[in-house]
Amino acid sequence: MGKLKLKEHVITREWCKGCGICVHFCPKQVLELDDQDKVFAARREDCICCELCELRCPDLAIEIETEQGSE
Amino acid sequence: MAIKDYIRERFFPHIWCPGCGHGTVMNSLLRALESLGMSRNEIVMVSGIGCSSRISGYVDFHTLHTIHGRALAFATGVKLSRPELNLIVPMGDGDALAIGGNHFIHAARRNIDITAIVMNNRIYGMTGGQFSPLSGYGTMATTAPYSNIDHAFDTVELAIAAGATFVARSTSYHVKQLSKILRDAILHEGFSVVEVLSQCPTYFGRKNRAGSAVDMMEQYKNDTTPIGSKAKKENPDLIERGIFVQKEMPEYCREYDKIIEKAMKGN
Repeated sequence: MGKLKLKEHVITREWCKGCGICVHFCPKQVLELDDQDKVFAARREDCICCELCELRCPDLAIEIETEQGSE
Repeated sequence: MAIKDYIRERFFPHIWCPGCGHGTVMNSLLRALESLGMSRNEIVMVSGIGCSSRISGYVDFHTLHTIHGRALAFATGVKLSRPELNLIVPMGDGDALAIGGNHFIHAARRNIDITAIVMNNRIYGMTGGQFSPLSGYGTMATTAPYSNIDHAFDTVELAIAAGATFVARSTSYHVKQLSKILRDAILHEGFSVVEVLSQCPTYFGRKNRAGSAVDMMEQYKNDTTPIGSKAKKENPDLIERGIFVQKEMPEYCREYDKIIEKAMKGN
């Protein structure tokens, strides 16, 4: 059993209101808002899958999909 | 079950403003229910009126959207007729403690098995930013343009004094704690009160120059502390969060059943 590995940031763009809570509180500064004020994973390789963005999102607009790591 | 199985997706995106703490409270509540493995059919959510009360439209349980301040009265009726169901009553600060103040203290006194969530944003958001009984002295609101001279209730102290057998507080910043507290509150047999500090960037934030939703959540992080912490002794202005009271007392529906039994024997 390896560590949890990031599969994908599943973002429901139509639900995101661009409040920036996930962007600000991400411990690894993975997320950013695009020119339409919707969140996207700018540095996905830095994600540690803590899921704080998912837990704090008031709009249920972001989900961290993980998979089991190999080692 | 994933948390999206608990919501009515057709009503999303929801009506709450960008950065509204109420969405986060809903998020944490759904996670608490998911961790308990509860089925949608064993949960009844009863709400009153206000921004917070819109939550009953978004969750796919048995839901009742009732009248201002009276959600607990409706919930009491549901619980007495179907005691096997889990009752959750989300309320705003005004809904719970101004319009519904009497329902609140008497539900607590009876110790009926209902989970009351007070989503405290310190303002009436839906009607345009009037001050509420939790706004507090010195705050600004549309109806207090020269600052508010009313002092605020302390929801936790009020609930304890009224006899609630589970009383806790958390914030929309402390989501892991919030989810755990909501889970404990739902499991508790008796009247549970969970106060959640929830930011209203649109009205309370703007009127009081508290900044964005992010700034207001930073404030929750900095201005609160776990119950009985050393920080609280050094700085008494910090707001404590955690579980204040958790005790066993006879639950109302069970006591009522005993009365029925007694009365039936009398014939």
